[in-house]
Amino acid sequence: MITKRIIPCLDVKDGRVVKGVNFKNLNDVSSPVDLGKYYSDCGADELVFYDITASSDGRKLFTDILTKVAENVFIPLTVGGGINTVADFDRVLKCGADKVSVNSGAIRNPNLIREAAKKYGNQCVVISADIKRVDGEFRVFAKGGREDTGIEAISWIKKCVDDGAGEVVVNSIDTDGVKKGFDIELLKLVTNAVSVPVIASGGAGCAMDFVKLFKEIPNIDAGLAASVFHFGEVDISELKNLLRKNNILVR
Amino acid sequence: MICIVDYGVGNLFSLHSSFKALGIDTVVSGDREVIESAEKLILPGVGAFGDAMKKLSLNGLDKVIINQAKKGVPLLGICLGMQLLFEKSYEYGEHTGLGLIKGEVVGMQGRIPKGLKIPHIGWNELHYDKTCPIFRFLTPGDSVYFVHSFYAANCEESTVATTEYGTEICAAVRDGNVYGCQFHPEKSGKVGLSILKAFCLIER
Repeated sequence: MITKRIIPCLDVKDGRVVKGVNFKNLNDVSSPVDLGKYYSDCGADELVFYDITASSDGRKLFTDILTKVAENVFIPLTVGGGINTVADFDRVLKCGADKVSVNSGAIRNPNLIREAAKKYGNQCVVISADIKRVDGEFRVFAKGGREDTGIEAISWIKKCVDDGAGEVVVNSIDTDGVKKGFDIELLKLVTNAVSVPVIASGGAGCAMDFVKLFKEIPNIDAGLAASVFHFGEVDISELKNLLRKNNILVR
Repeated sequence: MICIVDYGVGNLFSLHSSFKALGIDTVVSGDREVIESAEKLILPGVGAFGDAMKKLSLNGLDKVIINQAKKGVPLLGICLGMQLLFEKSYEYGEHTGLGLIKGEVVGMQGRIPKGLKIPHIGWNELHYDKTCPIFRFLTPGDSVYFVHSFYAANCEESTVATTEYGTEICAAVRDGNVYGCQFHPEKSGKVGLSILKAFCLIER
């Protein structure tokens, strides 16, 4: 059967990986090219490259760096940040992306997901939603979590999947950076609402947080994190051993 | 020289990069003469079967590939490129394929247990025939990356690898010099690269 995926995320700003990195075996710890290659070789199941300020700066994603990252990554590569049009999909796919993640772009352009899915297939379109609790409901935030859109999150995600998104990344703003575990409540709601793969993001502080995620939500497909991997707090091969010991299927 | 056949379907960037990482020269081309002079051929592809066959036959490349395969040139179809090797596909209608491998391509819908997600996306374990040359570097338990909603059926004689997704799914086929992988070796890490390397080492 299909294995649970462990996904490191490269948050890239001005061509460098942010959130700090601390790897003994890498010369340039904030180079997305070196870090991408490292993860591709060390057993990560997928890599996410996210240009975190492309959307808020209103500019296009750095395709030259992306190309260099993609040339050295032999696992699936999802790319996001500043994706607003089908032409943006085309641009990053030509640079070696396998999937394209949309967030603010899907809010601004209601037809984006449908058009992109028709052209590139559902498997290529990932809806990445930044979600926060506001006034007792889950709301979608735009521009890298900076702006409350007022949109209710679960129905929004359902609509995106109906339009053709083949995968959902759920970033919980409430648990992100807190390092006390994934947002189980929110992730359960999303996993029960859609029939496509769901990727949990935001809150991983230690390896046990991934065990807890897959135990409490058996139907969730993947766990994504950035800093715990970059800082070496969680080693991917050790994490996979721990998951295996807990009867969670990994590669 | 190995030629990655370019017929306007799918992204050839990753395949090209994979061979580059292996130190193997490839040429990406849709030119008849280049394809005819290649020692080995890679047939990639993503998207829908009917559309891909249409594009492939547009410049007569379908016949060129069939001829080269029949001459004994090693050919590796990947993902949709593997499905094109079959006699026909039932993806959105009924379409004729290259007919290099006996069997047909059918949808997962209704053939796999309810509750399993379609497409079949992710890493899954390969149950492979150890005597198949392209698997010479594999270790039991190795997993590869799949993304597909259709799969090959009625091809027991040529099946050299399977994977389990509610039911047994054909993961790779071989008939003589013609090979096909349903999964993406170019996206399957070291395991995938080793399969591409093994294909390159096949002697005619």
